[in-house]
Amino acid sequence: MIESLGSLIGLLPFDWVEYAFMQRAFIGVILLAPLFALPGCLVIKNGMSFFSDAVGHAALTGIAIGVLLGWSSPFWSMILFAALLALFLSLLRRFGTAGTDTLIGIIMAGAVSLGIVILSRNGGFTRYSRYLIGDILGLTSTDLALIAAGLLLLVIFFIFFANRLFLTAFNRSIAHSRGHPVWLEETLFSVVVAVTVTAAVQWIGILVINAFLILPAATARNLARSIRGYTFLATLFALASGLVGLVLSYYLDTATGATMVLVCLCFYGLTLLPGIRGNRAI
Amino acid sequence: MKGHADCACQVAPGEICRSCCSQIRNLAVSLNGRAILRDIHLHFHCGEITAIIGPNGGGKSTLLKAMVGELPYTGEIVFHRHDGRGTRPRIGYVPQKVQTDPADPMTVRDLFQTLLSPKPIWFLSDKRLTGEMEHALSHMEAVPLLDRRVGALSGGELQRVLVALALAPTPDLLLLDEPMAGIDPSGMGLFYRMVSRLRHEHDLSIIMVSHDLALSARFADTLVLLKESVIVHGRPDTVIRHPQTRILMGIAVESVEKEEPAADHHGGIRHD
Repeated sequence: MIESLGSLIGLLPFDWVEYAFMQRAFIGVILLAPLFALPGCLVIKNGMSFFSDAVGHAALTGIAIGVLLGWSSPFWSMILFAALLALFLSLLRRFGTAGTDTLIGIIMAGAVSLGIVILSRNGGFTRYSRYLIGDILGLTSTDLALIAAGLLLLVIFFIFFANRLFLTAFNRSIAHSRGHPVWLEETLFSVVVAVTVTAAVQWIGILVINAFLILPAATARNLARSIRGYTFLATLFALASGLVGLVLSYYLDTATGATMVLVCLCFYGLTLLPGIRGNRAI
Repeated sequence: MKGHADCACQVAPGEICRSCCSQIRNLAVSLNGRAILRDIHLHFHCGEITAIIGPNGGGKSTLLKAMVGELPYTGEIVFHRHDGRGTRPRIGYVPQKVQTDPADPMTVRDLFQTLLSPKPIWFLSDKRLTGEMEHALSHMEAVPLLDRRVGALSGGELQRVLVALALAPTPDLLLLDEPMAGIDPSGMGLFYRMVSRLRHEHDLSIIMVSHDLALSARFADTLVLLKESVIVHGRPDTVIRHPQTRILMGIAVESVEKEEPAADHHGGIRHD
């Protein structure tokens, strides 16, 4: 199916569409855009953007663990580490006394340093620097199938949990009063965010992945007048900046992840203009 | 005076004892080994407003949070239905100082949908619920706010929406934590009249925490003076005159006494 989609893209009147890696990257962006836009909206509403940033950076330790275990690909060790980290932070937030912000900062510092120390043994860190910048052009057909499966799981998760998560994001006490297991729902969501961010790190890059999560939602938030509009516009901005960024990076010969983020930043800047922002008094 | 442990209605002859009520039995809350609340026995009749007053740090908000299930507690909270069955009450809760984000795209309709509909709010809007939402909002004269963004509401508008939200579906107990905070003085009377009407229409027990002794004495049917446990519990005029109230609430009592006799009591308040 991915091949037939690729050949469909190959019909577009541009020279880059002839390359199979560009076709796969194109499909990849289409799948990754909603995968990031949907949780991004809630990350912003929950004030979790520092959390998602920290989790993205902590992927370095996840990679390091995979290397130490001698796994051929560190993908699953990254995912597992991210999920455990999210769970651990959630537990600390529930039972700890220090402010969440400080805790996240401390844990991020530890995870980043530990990852760098392990990966730089014998001076070999350059082998892993591709994770910092990301390489969406390296997407394989198997990767695409994996992302599609991830997107499907995320949509199913949001069908069942979005209403509860948006209510909790509005006010935890009201959610409590309705008998919702607030902590469990929040923990589940932070694990979902951690896994999503970490899985995509190799394609978007550790340094910019958080921007890809929060910028489309932040842009949409400036314009939307309902939750439906919010998630729809966030997906649209993620899609537009992803595709424009991909094509621009092809012609400019730049890193794709960072180019996409810059394009989205331009969209964000545009929404701040008074004429575009419109009357948000209502 | 202190804590009714059973459901014997203590009302004067000729007054209506409504046949449902809620009871708190032997409730206690401790945080990090320190007792915040202990030996709480309270009894709320349906159709009555109970105001919880007391000094800061006396456990007023803690009591509501425990009733809501936000804080762990020991003891029992039971709702006795009209048919005499005892169950855990359905609770509608309006927390203290609900912070909204002015840029938040969420509308009042969205907020109701998160509670009332299984349809995922990010994808489908549930138009079938419009009637139900409008009905809940109508109690607080807030129907025109349905499609406004929550972040764009004034303090008073938000408070009315939150009460309406707590009424969907109709609870057994409505808990309001400092409902007057964020409402300008001209809106307070209106707000109280709407809340007051609610308890008659829905035969609802309303429990509110307030630091405003004068307003509480004027609008509530029962006052509870709380400091770690229930110090005084009874009709507003009795509680106001109680020596403990004078000790714990100080000058606030004198300002209430100047306004006496309280003229605006509703629904069968007895004056000695």
